[in-house]
Amino acid sequence: MKWRYFRQSLFFGVVRLSALIITIALLGIIAFLLVNGFKAISMDFFTLPPTDSMTKGGIMPAIVGTFYLTVGAIAVSLPLGVVSAIYLTEYAKQGRFIRIMRIGVNCLAGVPSVVFGLFGLGFFVVFLKFGSSILAGSLTLGILVLPTIIGAAEEALKAVPQTFREASLALGVSKWKTISRIVLPSALPGILTGAILGVGRAAGETAPIMFTAAAFFTAILPKSIFDEVMALPYHIYVLATAGTHIEQTRPLQYGTALVLIALVLGIDLIAIVLRSVVRRKKRW
Amino acid sequence: MTSKAREIIIKNLFALLAFISVLLLGLIVLFLFREGLPIFKQISMAQFLFGSAWYPTYDPPEYGIWSLIVGSVIVTVLSCLIAVPFGLLSAIYISEIAPAGIKEILKSVIELLAGLPSVVLGFFGMVILAPWMQETFDLPTGLNIVNASLMLAVMAIPTISSISEDALYAVSRDFKEASYALGATKYETIVKVVIPAALSGISTAVILGMSRAIGETMVVLMVAGGSAAIPRGIFDSVRPMPASIAAEMGEAAFGSGHYHALFATGIVLFIITLAFNLIADHISNRFKEEGSGTL
Repeated sequence: MKWRYFRQSLFFGVVRLSALIITIALLGIIAFLLVNGFKAISMDFFTLPPTDSMTKGGIMPAIVGTFYLTVGAIAVSLPLGVVSAIYLTEYAKQGRFIRIMRIGVNCLAGVPSVVFGLFGLGFFVVFLKFGSSILAGSLTLGILVLPTIIGAAEEALKAVPQTFREASLALGVSKWKTISRIVLPSALPGILTGAILGVGRAAGETAPIMFTAAAFFTAILPKSIFDEVMALPYHIYVLATAGTHIEQTRPLQYGTALVLIALVLGIDLIAIVLRSVVRRKKRW
Repeated sequence: MTSKAREIIIKNLFALLAFISVLLLGLIVLFLFREGLPIFKQISMAQFLFGSAWYPTYDPPEYGIWSLIVGSVIVTVLSCLIAVPFGLLSAIYISEIAPAGIKEILKSVIELLAGLPSVVLGFFGMVILAPWMQETFDLPTGLNIVNASLMLAVMAIPTISSISEDALYAVSRDFKEASYALGATKYETIVKVVIPAALSGISTAVILGMSRAIGETMVVLMVAGGSAAIPRGIFDSVRPMPASIAAEMGEAAFGSGHYHALFATGIVLFIITLAFNLIADHISNRFKEEGSGTL
């Protein structure tokens, strides 16, 4: 009898310990970057381009580049993703075709990011002749986050009670008006959460932009969407692995990693807070 | 325009856009194969998959990716050996044991962990774990299988944890109550009732976690060491497939054998992850439809 309870305490202890270790791992990584990266952060770090063959100066062009790529990615994936989700949940008759489409979307979500990079290279850069550019990189990232956005939007739409739709339709309101005036406003916070998580994902990805958009170094800021850009994740990779000044540029690497992680986790945190606020306010 | 005409136009427009989303998956497949298949004019598929010499820049070049496949499999399996216990146990904690407040915090922790950019994890592995490992275990290099597996595990834990948690949470309360009514302890209920009932969801979680690990690029590019040889031990360097693609694509001339070989490596990676995802999809569907009464 005692053994049964002892075994339970032992198990609970192990379970708690593993949860604790995961939390410590996250906090440890963040703390480590904070402590080491903090020294590199200054006003100049944000406003200056790299100088002295990337051993000094700031990361301004990389911040600008990541901004363009992320905005471009969302401009592609948000409309396409939300419309696809509306079609899948509101219009399509549930059957074999929808099942295949859903499997397609699931599989798209599981494709490794480097394969998206290869696709972007083969299709946008080479076949459509965009070259390595903001346009090619944004489109590649946009397709990468598309499944995330479709998934989140679908879930948000499904969470709107069926009675809302029925009440509207019973009043003689057309289907599109029901969707645009009743369903979408109720689902908006959920869709927004998904979109914000998509932004975070797009901003932090490296492999998809390596061959489609990212430049080692650009002396000037991009002038059009057909220019190459520097980007924060790629900049970290380049500084940490390539060149002859790896040890010398350590502070810059820590600083860039800190900026990237603050950006991405900040974006994710906004989504998490938004979602919990919405959940608490929910009236149905 | 009449309202009816507008309805029809909107419906069809939406259908078209939804179709485009799925078409993109088709395009990915099409372009991967278009750029990858030409390598098989130079060498046979068996030579490509099972040839153990990867010297794409030599003259004559050799395009055998067996050591890359082995590298990928080893880091994936090892990372899952680490990630599965942590992912599953944390899911059990969140869904069955934790008080409400801690539960919310821990869920956010898992989500933030999932959001960590892979390049940052790779960087962490390079500058912290690698030197530490090299010194502690007296190794020639800290960039090796163990280091890569640990960092990959950090990436796979959130996937495994959040999907397992959904599965555990979905187990009907009746099951638990019936178990308690029979005098079972909470531990016995979790291990003998809840986990078996959620097993299909947990398997899906593990498969998707593996899929995530095998396709992850930046971590293995930065910390696996990059040696394209069959490893002899877990402290050897390897060159998993994604690392090879990412590292070499920049230098491979467009249309060269090397270029096509890297795309073909991408095809192999794509097929493996596709298979993982289809299996996971199959498992979760097969068991979901039958309701809470099946184990």
